[in-house]
Amino acid sequence: MGAAIFALMMYRGYGPLVGVLSALLLGALAGLFTGVLHTVSRIPALLSGILTMICLYSINLRVMGRPNISLSENLGHRTIFVILRDAFPSIPEVYVRFVFLLLLLLFLKIVVDLFLQTEIGLSVRATGDNETLVETQGIDPNRMKLVGIALSNALVALSGAMFAQYQGFVDINMGIGMVVSGLASVIVGEVLLRGKTIFVVTLQVILGAVVYRMATAIALNWGYHIGFKPYDLKLFTGILVIIILSFPVLKEKFGRSR
Amino acid sequence: MLKLDRVNKYFFRNSPDERWAIRNLSLEVQDGDFVTIVGSNGAGKTTLLNLISGSYFPDEGRVTIDGVDVTHLPPHRRAVYLGRVFQNTSQGTAPSLTIEENLAIAYLKGKRKGIRMALNERMRGIFKEKLAEIGLGLEKRLKERVGLLSGGQRQALALLMATLSQPRILLLDEHTANLDPKTGETIMELTMRLVRENRLTTLMVTHNLQDALSFGNRTLMMDEGEVVLDVAGEERKKMTIQELLEQFNVRKHKTFADDRTLLSS
Repeated sequence: MGAAIFALMMYRGYGPLVGVLSALLLGALAGLFTGVLHTVSRIPALLSGILTMICLYSINLRVMGRPNISLSENLGHRTIFVILRDAFPSIPEVYVRFVFLLLLLLFLKIVVDLFLQTEIGLSVRATGDNETLVETQGIDPNRMKLVGIALSNALVALSGAMFAQYQGFVDINMGIGMVVSGLASVIVGEVLLRGKTIFVVTLQVILGAVVYRMATAIALNWGYHIGFKPYDLKLFTGILVIIILSFPVLKEKFGRSR
Repeated sequence: MLKLDRVNKYFFRNSPDERWAIRNLSLEVQDGDFVTIVGSNGAGKTTLLNLISGSYFPDEGRVTIDGVDVTHLPPHRRAVYLGRVFQNTSQGTAPSLTIEENLAIAYLKGKRKGIRMALNERMRGIFKEKLAEIGLGLEKRLKERVGLLSGGQRQALALLMATLSQPRILLLDEHTANLDPKTGETIMELTMRLVRENRLTTLMVTHNLQDALSFGNRTLMMDEGEVVLDVAGEERKKMTIQELLEQFNVRKHKTFADDRTLLSS
């Protein structure tokens, strides 16, 4: 969704900044849609998200016009990475990309960390923790859910827009399986790093995502030697998440003997 | 102060499982009253509190607080009038937030929330002072997560949070029932102090008949969604646990044989 909107803005002749901002805004709107499904229609959270994604699949196709479109420089699209490459001609492009993404990541982490400590941010966290309490303390839990979902979806759309620029094209299927990878990343992060403060939790998410991506890259590169094919990846991701999610139950059942 | 006017509440209405939980109940609580509520399981005590807090809406009748009709106001919109502590010690606090963050939520109750930082040094000062008054040493643990606290500590914090923004009415739903007797006593002492200091009108549901008579100035007994006994003043002062039990039997012609009630007296 973020990528599609970004591509649309690029094709309309706007720069990457407008593209990214539009992606953020429409991502938040899509989040609000999910939120309304959940809070007003009382559809379970996960199902609300899936329903929104199904709707967005068609909308994205409409926005893009066809399933796959290029953001190639040859077509005159100057993505943020092209602009940065030209701004620092003496530095190899990989480093420019790396440093820029690192800075963007740091910036977002700081913004999210700060937000979660504001009055609204704290109310959102408390809602996730104990809805009854939040109600007795005069906070409307549904409103806080909307705020939370809108913001997180804005961030997801931002990633879509950045990823499209990074790979130089937008594909209708690029978002498939992202929910499970996201979940896997969060879990990997929790395993890698202990702690519950906001600073640590956001770091867990970042670290988890990086390590998870590295793990899949390694698996894709070396999996051939033991007979696996790239299309096995989703199966392994699924199995990994199933195992990790079942872990608490399994531990309870079999852990007592130890 | 608090008024319920011919309130009816059904569960699973118009289905074979229909239950008439609150039956034509009218109740008026005066400013500064401390009402204790007893009754067997399923008598409607918690349902009554839920109707006052807005967790449930009545099917018929009106609920007014301070002359304001709150009958159909959702819980968060009538929260300024109310503080509530639950039996379950994990219900009154947010476990993965720190002590100071929990208190900040309570401190900000009724205020418009913006994108200012939720906590500042001035607030921390207030929290430390309030926590020191409880005497559990929590003032030195502001940055610890509430999930790490014991049930008694959490209940003390929940009480503080419920009363921090000075509501008019405090609803206590068997808030000492899950604690050991010693801790329960401490929590009751704290309750009485906070009620006195904040001049709160209080409704306390309890299974402990001794507590029901020794705390507060008025006692209600509920059964099958009705108030079957309402005593205050001299009559109540002279009443013993035995008499309270007998009253119940006389009015309902059956034994009030809830072993929890008997054991806790």
